[in-house]
Amino acid sequence: MTVGVLALQGDVSEHHEVLRGLRVASFDVRTPADLAGVDRLIIPGGESTAISLLLQSSGLFQEIIARHIKRTLPIFGTCAGAILLAKRIEGTNTPKSLALLNITIDRNAYGTQLDSFEERISVPVLGRKLLRVSFIRAPKITATGEGVEILAMHKKVPVLVRQGSILASACHPEVQCEIRLHEYFLKI
Amino acid sequence: MKPSRNPLGEDLARMLKGGVIMDVVTAEQAKIAEKAGAVSVMALERIPSDIRAHGGIARMSDPALIAKIKKAVTIPVMAKVRIGHTAEARILEALNIDFIDESEVLTPADPFHHIDKRPFKVPFVCGATNLGEALRRINEGAAMIRTKGEAGTGNVVEAVRHLKLILREIRDLQSMNGRALKTFAREQRIPMDLLKHVRKLQKLPVVMFTAGGIATPADAALLMDIGAEGVFVGSGIFTSENPAKTARAMVEATTHFQDSRLLLKVSTNLGEAMSGLDIASLPVKMQERGW
Repeated sequence: MTVGVLALQGDVSEHHEVLRGLRVASFDVRTPADLAGVDRLIIPGGESTAISLLLQSSGLFQEIIARHIKRTLPIFGTCAGAILLAKRIEGTNTPKSLALLNITIDRNAYGTQLDSFEERISVPVLGRKLLRVSFIRAPKITATGEGVEILAMHKKVPVLVRQGSILASACHPEVQCEIRLHEYFLKI
Repeated sequence: MKPSRNPLGEDLARMLKGGVIMDVVTAEQAKIAEKAGAVSVMALERIPSDIRAHGGIARMSDPALIAKIKKAVTIPVMAKVRIGHTAEARILEALNIDFIDESEVLTPADPFHHIDKRPFKVPFVCGATNLGEALRRINEGAAMIRTKGEAGTGNVVEAVRHLKLILREIRDLQSMNGRALKTFAREQRIPMDLLKHVRKLQKLPVVMFTAGGIATPADAALLMDIGAEGVFVGSGIFTSENPAKTARAMVEATTHFQDSRLLLKVSTNLGEAMSGLDIASLPVKMQERGW
């Protein structure tokens, strides 16, 4: 199995690091040709506005949607990645998203950097041990539609969701060197 | 190795990697930058080239201006304080800024010390011209480093110099024995455990961007290729003939720095770049500020 990490902008190397820990081959994806060589895709954290523009100009935008619809591309998005997967985005200056995941998400709903925080969250599908994550200027999942399974909550708000072969988290396990969520993603 | 000084700030810096941070002086410019794909904007009253031309004492910008720019965009907003000016930093933290740049572009306020950044929750980015300087800043609590270059000149040579120097000094740590390391740590006033940590990591423990004199998409690509993790563009965008197009081209070039054909495309018909200054003839070298 080869995993691609969308490498247009953001915390790309942190995801590669986790995948290396899982002994899985991983590659940067910057072009449609790169995408053709991978079985799965991770969309990292970063600035969703910047990544959205770069997705469109690189031709990856349509390509990712097409691959996913053909059911040949499971996708895992963290933070900005979750925003870019969401069907509906709240707030101003919203970026164009891939709209593959039936959720509503509010960008920067937790506030500015001073409101960023670390947390241990309970993720029952990963077992009893809590998952260490960082919420960095995080988006808030404000609604989940049909077909979306909530895998973790924080203060009564969903922070990790799954819809078929799409996994999305509002927070970052990768900066905490957590490998268990990636391991889960590799099995879906 | 001790736990990091500002883990959340270091995480935010990680989210900025591979991106372009642009200097803006108005809310309109901030919107242009965001639309072009900037990952963050640096809010200030004057861009470095105008600070040079204007002379006098350069200070933190009026918080009203910074607040206006914050309101105009959804990407993180940074602002500059003078080296060692803890009170300016406290004001910006009270303003809820996302990142503070303790910057040599402004006139230094403390001739002995930089800000002790450890008590702050807001993260700091600091300039550095060599490894010792970078590690002193990290030890004081900086969550991100940018190589200084020579701001406001449109001349990329100093940015290349500082980036290459830091990368080489990190590589050179590998061949140093315990005594040489100890001497380096003492001379550079940095803790031995931090130095050993960097030797093992073979990179800085925080994200390192480049800055100072970047005027074209090709400049950005050059520095990314050398090993920068992202780019600050100060005067280069809004003194160019076509800021929106230049900004967009900088973003594409920073992401696709390895793709020659793309660089050709985004570099074509950009119009006049900023005019630029010869560094040898400068009355003030900003890179020499900082201790």
